Amino acid sequence: MADNSLPLVSVRNLAVEFTQHGGGPVRALDSVSLDLRPGRVLGVVGESGCGKSVTARAMLRILDRNGSIKNGQILLDPGTPQQTDITALPGEGNRMREIRGGRIGLIFQEPMAALSMQYTVGNQLMEAIRVHNDPGKAVARQRVIKLLNDVGIPRPETRIDTYPFQLSGGLRQRVGIALALAADPDVLIADEPTTALDVTTQAQILALLRRLQVDKKIALMLITHDMGVIAQMADDVAVMYLGRVVEFAPVNEVFAAPRHPYTQALLRSVPNLRAPPHSRLATIGGAVPQPNARPKGCPFHPRCPDMMPGRCDTTAPAPVPPGQAGASCFKVEDAALVEGVAA
Amino acid sequence: MSATTASSASSGASLADDKLAQAGQLRLTWLRFKRHKLALISLFIVALFYLLAIFADFVAISDPHHTDARRSYMPPQGIHLFDENGFAPHVYGLKGSRDMKTFKMVYVPDPSKKIYIAFFAPGYDYNLFGLIPTNRHLFALINPTPVDGIFLLGTDQLGRDLFSRLAVATRISLSIGLASVGLSLILGILLGGISGLYGGIIDTVIQRLIELIRSIPTIPLWMGIAAALPNTWSVLQVYFAITLIISLIGWTELARVVRGRFLALREEDFVIAAELVGAGQFRIMLRHMLPSFTSHVIAAVSLALPAMIISETSLSFLGLGLRPPAISWGILLQDAQNVQVLAGAPWLLLAAVPVVLVILAFNFLGDGLRDAADPYG
Amino acid sequence: MNMLEVSGLTKHYPINAGILRREVGRVRAAEDVNFTISKGETLALVGESGCGKTTVARCILRALKPTSGSIRFSPADGEMVDLAPLSKRQLRPLRRHIQLIFQDPYASLNPRMMVGDIIAEPLLVNGVASAERHRRVLELLDLVGLPAAARTRFPHAFSGGQRQRIGIARALALNPRVIVADEPVSALDVSVQAQIINLLLDLQEQLGLSTLFVAHDLGVVRHVSDRVAVMYVGRIVEVAPTVALYATPRHPYTQALMSAVPKADPLMRDTAAAPIGEVADPANPPPGCAFNPRCPFAIDRCRTERPVLRDVGAGQLAACHRAEELTLAGVG
Repeated sequence: MADNSLPLVSVRNLAVEFTQHGGGPVRALDSVSLDLRPGRVLGVVGESGCGKSVTARAMLRILDRNGSIKNGQILLDPGTPQQTDITALPGEGNRMREIRGGRIGLIFQEPMAALSMQYTVGNQLMEAIRVHNDPGKAVARQRVIKLLNDVGIPRPETRIDTYPFQLSGGLRQRVGIALALAADPDVLIADEPTTALDVTTQAQILALLRRLQVDKKIALMLITHDMGVIAQMADDVAVMYLGRVVEFAPVNEVFAAPRHPYTQALLRSVPNLRAPPHSRLATIGGAVPQPNARPKGCPFHPRCPDMMPGRCDTTAPAPVPPGQAGASCFKVEDAALVEGVAA
Repeated sequence: MSATTASSASSGASLADDKLAQAGQLRLTWLRFKRHKLALISLFIVALFYLLAIFADFVAISDPHHTDARRSYMPPQGIHLFDENGFAPHVYGLKGSRDMKTFKMVYVPDPSKKIYIAFFAPGYDYNLFGLIPTNRHLFALINPTPVDGIFLLGTDQLGRDLFSRLAVATRISLSIGLASVGLSLILGILLGGISGLYGGIIDTVIQRLIELIRSIPTIPLWMGIAAALPNTWSVLQVYFAITLIISLIGWTELARVVRGRFLALREEDFVIAAELVGAGQFRIMLRHMLPSFTSHVIAAVSLALPAMIISETSLSFLGLGLRPPAISWGILLQDAQNVQVLAGAPWLLLAAVPVVLVILAFNFLGDGLRDAADPYG
Repeated sequence: MNMLEVSGLTKHYPINAGILRREVGRVRAAEDVNFTISKGETLALVGESGCGKTTVARCILRALKPTSGSIRFSPADGEMVDLAPLSKRQLRPLRRHIQLIFQDPYASLNPRMMVGDIIAEPLLVNGVASAERHRRVLELLDLVGLPAAARTRFPHAFSGGQRQRIGIARALALNPRVIVADEPVSALDVSVQAQIINLLLDLQEQLGLSTLFVAHDLGVVRHVSDRVAVMYVGRIVEVAPTVALYATPRHPYTQALMSAVPKADPLMRDTAAAPIGEVADPANPPPGCAFNPRCPFAIDRCRTERPVLRDVGAGQLAACHRAEELTLAGVG
């Protein structure tokens, strides 16, 4: 990998399970490993139920009550003396509260999820600043105005006293971003930050995220289902399917030479602005299985065009080794083996 | 590559192949309800009480209206299951003796005098289901003297058996709840439905009416209405009057549920879909809207029932509802109003146990039903 | 031959305030909308949220009553009826000819009815006999790629994509002359979305459907439509054949919309700056061209005089004063 700086967060072999009312446990994440590096954007892409949001929530320890981390580590500042395993901290403890917002910020898909209707924008942002490191009311207010200016909100001196419901969707998401940045975190998780927005607003918000991430050297984890957003924003890409990272690679490699059959199929099924009229799209047969009906072996095998009977449907291929480009697929493993022999 | 050509057939091939796929609403609701253990137990308890209500006289041991000063305030008395010859359930006969301090006759069990119990034996006369004259009871004493009896829960001042009175009271208290809910339901669905369906000025008028009714403090209102009931009315007339009074207030909650569901359903895509294929109002109501809210109404009813039962109990307890010789839970508790009486005969408070049990059971049942009501939610 | 001729279609929602509910303003959801759909043609109506595309669709279905304008529809070859003034009762016999494919495959199927009954309902209420209904349901299931066994199952047993197929089967049951598809794939996963797009393409080909395809995703629109109408704040700003619109957009908003779509190619990053500002409020649109505050090419005339939709050559219509002089970048 081009960047060998130490990651700010390393997720290792993370497994998360949800208990269902009256049913057995459902595995939502299975051995997920990811690295977030300063100044880089990790794009996490996948369809519904792939576990991309669960990963984010686990990293902030805000899983729903019926979910729990079953295995693995989430290391903050790995390899440094301050290394902390987030999975080992009490979820509601002081340290975790410091990390949430202070070290790792979160941008929601629906900014209303993070904002209260009863308080002004300024109130909420000032609270976020003062909870972590109180500089006093007057200073905090000045910082909020600067923050609002940073996220591209026009006339921040007046907007600071408006209520979220008085703002348009685009401005609300800007406030959502300001809220995530209030305590100056160096890691930012954006969970589908533009899915609820119109396309022109999306372009603005993506440009803003890009600028902030570069300026502040933030390690950004961008979660989306949109391959276009990934192509425009990500440095590295993790493709997830049914709770596993099936492929990890730098963005150019993923688009130019996808390794995993799922990535290949996903890329082909994206509607194209240059396609001839009435041209058909490549599809992936079937649908994403329900999480409680996880296929045995490789989770993608029932939909995979390259499925090897007796192998893919019995054992799961090894996860992608952290920090290396690769795919969790027997076909890819075999190809690498052949290449190795030839060399 | 198969993935590029497969369009339709591939997706359809993998249909969920379990029984659940063909399960209708009732089955799904039941499956979900079953998981709620507390609700399941509650359902059992409620069913038990309604069985008791139906077979009240059959279960009762002695005539609940029969008074006998000699067995006034008898404490609860156990049944002895075995005698020297093996299984032979019996109770002890009563022996009268004079208390030398108060010169009162007191009756105490006499272990030397065994009176045996037989099942499905003849007892006092009654009409089963109010129709079939019979004297068979679940169990009764064999050849008792007039003073003997099985006092499972003791007796009251007039020597009436509390267990038998409770059994009969259950019938009145539970049926009054059911009747009131039934009436509220008719009012609620009618007015709530009109309100939700037509909207506009009709909706506004009905909603304001509901708010007005709900703003009146209930106890004074009941007191006012109950006081207006003529003293000369028979038990049956008072019974229906009380039902009416309770449901006049109870319908408002149900009307709100129904109206809310109507408003929500009107905007549902599948209802719009039916409209767009040309389905008539009637079909849309019957086929799409009603099935979607019956489950909610059932849940609302099971939560409204305990409130109705409590209403009757409190009214009667305060002496505003049913009056003796009618027997209801509230009337039985009326006897336990006096602290002095309670000190001497604490078992009279046992009449509160079925009230608490049924109310709790209904609440848990309602909770379970509400959770299960929308198996698609 | 035209199946649908919409002209001057306008829908206003009054804004009422105060105790007397006096009208204090109007949301101009759709304003003077004109378009036609000919037999076998798919017209896409695209735009961002609040642009009025859904309002127009609902007016055509007559789920809404338009404030003014006409919706002329052909219930049989050579006949034309204006749907706009008709009452609910007059509409009922006509409803079978215009059917809707919903956006949300979960909300649009009654969870308490079996799939067979859902698909058969349009046939039932229009008086088709039982045996014929049964035959037709099987035929429709096959048409949308579902097995016959689906008939006796409830919607909860199906995935989003399969449910959308059921919704399509229901819409096709009565052989409608016009289909309105309201964002039919936007609620689906990418891989499933492709399946449904392909199904729609198949059906267009097999049945020669005339379709109004309402969507916000220009990528999807490119695949399914013959012509595209772009809406902005209640008005159509450009109509053109699909290929022409993508290659040579003539309205600056069309260009902005296309350039804003993130391209699925990391080698083509940030080729165009995102359009500034936000969509105008349809209750209070700016004078002149509604797009002028965001338009990089706006001149004084754009701020005072509203441009009309006019032919700007090669079958393209655009509502822009400067359509002829501007050279706008398209894609492909």
